[in-house]
Amino acid sequence: MTRLERNDRLVRLALLMIAFSAVSILIVITVFIFSEGTPVMFRHGPGRFLLGLDWYPSEKAFGLLPMIVGSFVVTAGALLVGVPLGLACAVVLTQFASKRMGRILKPAIELLAGIPSVVYGFIGIVVIVPLIRDNLGGPGLSVLAAAIVLGIMILPTVISISVDAFQAVPSAYREGSIALGATVWQTIHMVLLPAARSGIVAAVILGMGRAIGETMAVIMIAGNAAAIPGSPLAPVRTLTSNIALEMGYASGEHREALFATGVILFVIIMALNTLANRASSRRKG
Amino acid sequence: MARNPRLTQKIVQAVLWAMTGTTVLILIFIVAFILRRGLPEVGLGFLTRPPENMGAQGGIFPTIVGTLALTLIAILIATPLGVGTAIYLTEYTRESRLTRIIRFGAECLAGIPSILFGLFGFILFVTKLKLGWSILSGGLTLSFMILPTIIRTSEEAIRSVPAAYREVSASLGCTKWQTVSRVVLPSALPGITTGVILSVGRSIGETAAVIFTAGSALHLPTSLFSSSRTMAVHFYILAREGISMPNAYGTAAVLVVTILLINVASYTLMHRFIRKYS
Repeated sequence: MTRLERNDRLVRLALLMIAFSAVSILIVITVFIFSEGTPVMFRHGPGRFLLGLDWYPSEKAFGLLPMIVGSFVVTAGALLVGVPLGLACAVVLTQFASKRMGRILKPAIELLAGIPSVVYGFIGIVVIVPLIRDNLGGPGLSVLAAAIVLGIMILPTVISISVDAFQAVPSAYREGSIALGATVWQTIHMVLLPAARSGIVAAVILGMGRAIGETMAVIMIAGNAAAIPGSPLAPVRTLTSNIALEMGYASGEHREALFATGVILFVIIMALNTLANRASSRRKG
Repeated sequence: MARNPRLTQKIVQAVLWAMTGTTVLILIFIVAFILRRGLPEVGLGFLTRPPENMGAQGGIFPTIVGTLALTLIAILIATPLGVGTAIYLTEYTRESRLTRIIRFGAECLAGIPSILFGLFGFILFVTKLKLGWSILSGGLTLSFMILPTIIRTSEEAIRSVPAAYREVSASLGCTKWQTVSRVVLPSALPGITTGVILSVGRSIGETAAVIFTAGSALHLPTSLFSSSRTMAVHFYILAREGISMPNAYGTAAVLVVTILLINVASYTLMHRFIRKYS
């Protein structure tokens, strides 16, 4: 009996240590990326990094503003495409679709999440880029192409989190509204949407995080010019592409500047995560 | 003009269904497009022969081996860590500040873009620990990336095991660990496996985190320390450098079919699991 009890205590201790693996990995990643990326920022001054317009690594010009703007522009476009489609799917899934329909729709959406990002990028190159080039002009590799592809890629995130938000609304709200003679749509936009608002906000923020963090698909279709795009048809380079495009051959200060790009990306993602966490915990609290 | 709510209802419903239909059509289009152009390129030779001329001719055999090796390492490392975390969170502690920190850590880790995992893996495993571009560096990096998925799905699976199972086991005089290892875990196994299968899918499709840690050597890997190109990286290089469109389509088709099979497997397993406990 004592042997068993001692065993039990050992297991508990081991599990406690394992339980901290995710947190420890997070800390190690943060430490490594910051320690590689911040010294070069302070050597040149953070202002020149964050607000500089010129990215010429060979001449030690490390202005990241075009990439920061690029990331946000592309992400805003992705939200314009992905949020309406995603919310529509979530409403249909939770309010209109029969159980049988749901059994087809849900795995389809999960599959959308499973398709590798390089495949999305490839579809972008062979389908969407030529469509834009032939019908709207410009090089085709553009903000618009990236926004469309990223908009599709964030759908699973937006859908699954807003479905959770709708399902968390007590069914009495819906029943009460229907009993008062409201139509289903009146119930949805006057009762369910306001009640699920914080969850939907979380869905949008996490979709945003997904879009900002996406790399391979964007590299393939965005054109990658390191300048602030003047129109939706102009090429654009995001923070993620900046890292992935040049990491292969960068060395010395250039490589450090790519880690600095990673630091900025990391800070943006963490801010979004914290916001989403706040939004969804407000719902519970 | 007074709007008729019933008419609005009909119109809105039609619009929302149309948008949902569009989403499903996009999915069908992507899968069909890749399979129709790619499957004709895929034969036994494509799967079993090494590439020639940087992949312009020949097959993709070494990249299949590379993908499997990387995925296997990632799963072998992440599964014990993820399941262990889930067991601790569900069986050994109450909701507290500690569990909130652990959960927040896992959530943040899940939100980190794969390119940052790539940067981190490159600096820690490839450079600092001198493992070089290798299967080991790539597998370790991937294991960190899939850990949050395994934690979340295992936690859900363990939570859905009815409390009565634990009570009966405890009433028979079993210790906590006996209950967990002989009653709870076996019952939660299908749910846990679903999470692991989904992580396999994610590892197979990953590119950004792998290309900077496992490298892109095209030869057949011989040890944990050889650099290796995965299918996804191979596909990316073929498509981006325009080496061979037919081979790019072929590789994409193999990737998509693998992902399809993985999704079907995890879905049927999950369904059976849910039916058992509800």
